[in-house]
Amino acid sequence: MIDFSYTVLILLIPLFMFLLIGLTSGKMKPALSGYIGTLAMSVVTLLSYYTAYQYFFNRPAGTEIFEKIVPFHTVWVHFTDTLYVDLGVLLDPISVMMLVVITTVSLMVHIYSIGYMHGEKGYSRFYAFLSLFSFSMLGLVVATNIFQMYMFWELVGVSSYLLISFYYEKPTAVSAGKKAFIVTRFADLGFLIGILILSYISGTFNFVELTDPQGALITQGTSLTFMGISALTWALTLIFMGGAGKSAMFPLHIWLPDAMEGPTPVSALIHAATMVVAGVYLVARLFPIYYFVVPDALTIVAYVGGFTSLFAAVIACTQTDIKRVLAFSTMSQIGYMMLALGVSGYGGEHGLGYMASMFHLFTHAMFKALLFLGAGAIIHAVHTNDMNHMGGLRKYLPITHITFLIATLTISGMPPFSAYFSKDEILVAAFEHDKFLFFIEYAVSGITAFYMFRLYFNVFWGKSTHYHHTPHESPLTMTVPLMILAVASMFTGFIPFNDLVTSNGAAFELHTDWSVAIPSVAIGLVGIAVAWIFYKKQSAIPDKLAVTFKYPYKWSFNKFYIDEVYLFVTKKIIFNRISAPVAWFDRHVVDASMNGISWVTNAISDQIKGLQSGQLQKYGFVFVSGVLILTFAFVYFLFN
Amino acid sequence: MLSEIPLSYFLVVSTLMFFIGIYGFLTRKNLITILMAVELILNSVNINFVAFNRYLFPNQLEGHFFSLFIIAVAAAEAAVAIAIIISVYRRYSNIDVERVDTMKY
Repeated sequence: MIDFSYTVLILLIPLFMFLLIGLTSGKMKPALSGYIGTLAMSVVTLLSYYTAYQYFFNRPAGTEIFEKIVPFHTVWVHFTDTLYVDLGVLLDPISVMMLVVITTVSLMVHIYSIGYMHGEKGYSRFYAFLSLFSFSMLGLVVATNIFQMYMFWELVGVSSYLLISFYYEKPTAVSAGKKAFIVTRFADLGFLIGILILSYISGTFNFVELTDPQGALITQGTSLTFMGISALTWALTLIFMGGAGKSAMFPLHIWLPDAMEGPTPVSALIHAATMVVAGVYLVARLFPIYYFVVPDALTIVAYVGGFTSLFAAVIACTQTDIKRVLAFSTMSQIGYMMLALGVSGYGGEHGLGYMASMFHLFTHAMFKALLFLGAGAIIHAVHTNDMNHMGGLRKYLPITHITFLIATLTISGMPPFSAYFSKDEILVAAFEHDKFLFFIEYAVSGITAFYMFRLYFNVFWGKSTHYHHTPHESPLTMTVPLMILAVASMFTGFIPFNDLVTSNGAAFELHTDWSVAIPSVAIGLVGIAVAWIFYKKQSAIPDKLAVTFKYPYKWSFNKFYIDEVYLFVTKKIIFNRISAPVAWFDRHVVDASMNGISWVTNAISDQIKGLQSGQLQKYGFVFVSGVLILTFAFVYFLFN
Repeated sequence: MLSEIPLSYFLVVSTLMFFIGIYGFLTRKNLITILMAVELILNSVNINFVAFNRYLFPNQLEGHFFSLFIIAVAAAEAAVAIAIIISVYRRYSNIDVERVDTMKY
């Protein structure tokens, strides 16, 4: 047995860096905090790589499957002998894979931010929050029990909030932060209730016990029902609601596009590569329960994922803010991952969807971080987010151009880049399970290729725009992470995920299904070709189409008015119809009765305060008369 | 000789003195006169004590003790009261009780 107890350092180092940078940010030179933050993150990254190597390639001889290992755990809160909350580290294929993803992207973002955030106000604060986020996210993935996961889940929510509102002097950033926090917090309410139901039924928080296919929960289930539906279905659906909030699934997605107000490296780290896949990770973590006990909830997962991927892809076609296009493409890709989990079986080849989902999570983290960091480099060069004000940038930003092109080809599913493999397996899994979802995903991959190349051509080709300042390539600290991630996007597809990350830990054989792969590449090529015709040179076709299909265009451009629906529900219905009368009642009945009592007291005392005149003799007179009256009364009643 | 005077005579005198004291206390504006009125009240009580002692428990001395105590306390009280009156005078330049009303609402 290999000793993994050092893995607790992976958590403690970022926490320590957060405290150190956060507490000394006033004293320390800003540049220094960037360097030590990056240094600490690279140590954590190396530790994670070492852990992954030990876990995947150095397993004890004779073991067929990857076991769940808990190298470290401690009882954190002990209520009773059956109710206690642990803190610990759980290593299994998905958590080790996530460690690699998080630390890699986080390190790239740390390095990149040295250049990108250079000279910004609050540079140290930024690094402190990045460390806090890395700590929370790493704690989330290695959680040994669902309660620890929930705790770190909220911590990533807080750090996401802090980083979205990083430019706290900008009102839009502040409201975007609040929106993200409130929406995800609302979803977490479902998560919490789900945890409570689940742990009530199973009597444990522990993942190893919960997800054991031979365990009590899965073999016995529960006879509890609520409104005719099994309590476990409720629990798992509510837990998925938490995951959907964090992963920006329809209809809880509205916070993600606004979250782009944060600094671009933050968007790359939190809102593309790591935090937003927490929902996928959560479903994957509880997958045996979903599959064996509540297949209905899994169907919900699949359809929500499938719908979101289509919905977001359609919106992405008309957006002009490059970061928002990427945000919608993130939603779309996470939809793919959810769908893959939803159509997956358990064990061996049946677990193809599960493995494909994790595979896509991995490759997506790399190429989406690359896209965002590339977008950051573009914004850094031209000081705008709007792609209408860009064009012809390939001459000015050669490195950014090449790496961005690689990422765009990857997300479009072009072989031999990584997403080709992962997306293909998702399509195969969907094909075997649900033809309807398969055709949706098939269409989405074409739309994806179209809108990504629309972005690419608009920014790097298209009309030659006149810039106030000649755009120039970013410094090395920014381009090196781009190049590293570009290499990762190109080659991570060759990682044999079917041997490493599977639903039950056992390896299985993977066959390439050409009847799925070839059409998917073909539709990607069609998408690219359409984008080429429309946007390579300045052309009138897109505008004409926008006029012809006026209403679909408008709906897509306005994100199908989901924000407006939310505003309508919250403002018109909740605020005006419920909150306002309640507030009126509070102000005019509850407060008023209290105010009335104090008013009466005040008025009476106003009337009688003259009695306290300070005239000693008046007091004496009252006192003496009182005594006399009492005496006479006493005598009168005593002798009558 | 003394025993020929009934107890009620003493009580009538002391009651009269008491109410004269009360009346003076309530009506006089000069602090010194008020003080004198208070002394009258105290002395009426003294008379009661001595008279009751003499007529009801002639073999005991508690009544006498109390009156002696009261005389001593009255002396001390007069000293304190005069000191207060002097400081009131220093502050207000007179000793009219109606002027000393800073303790009102």
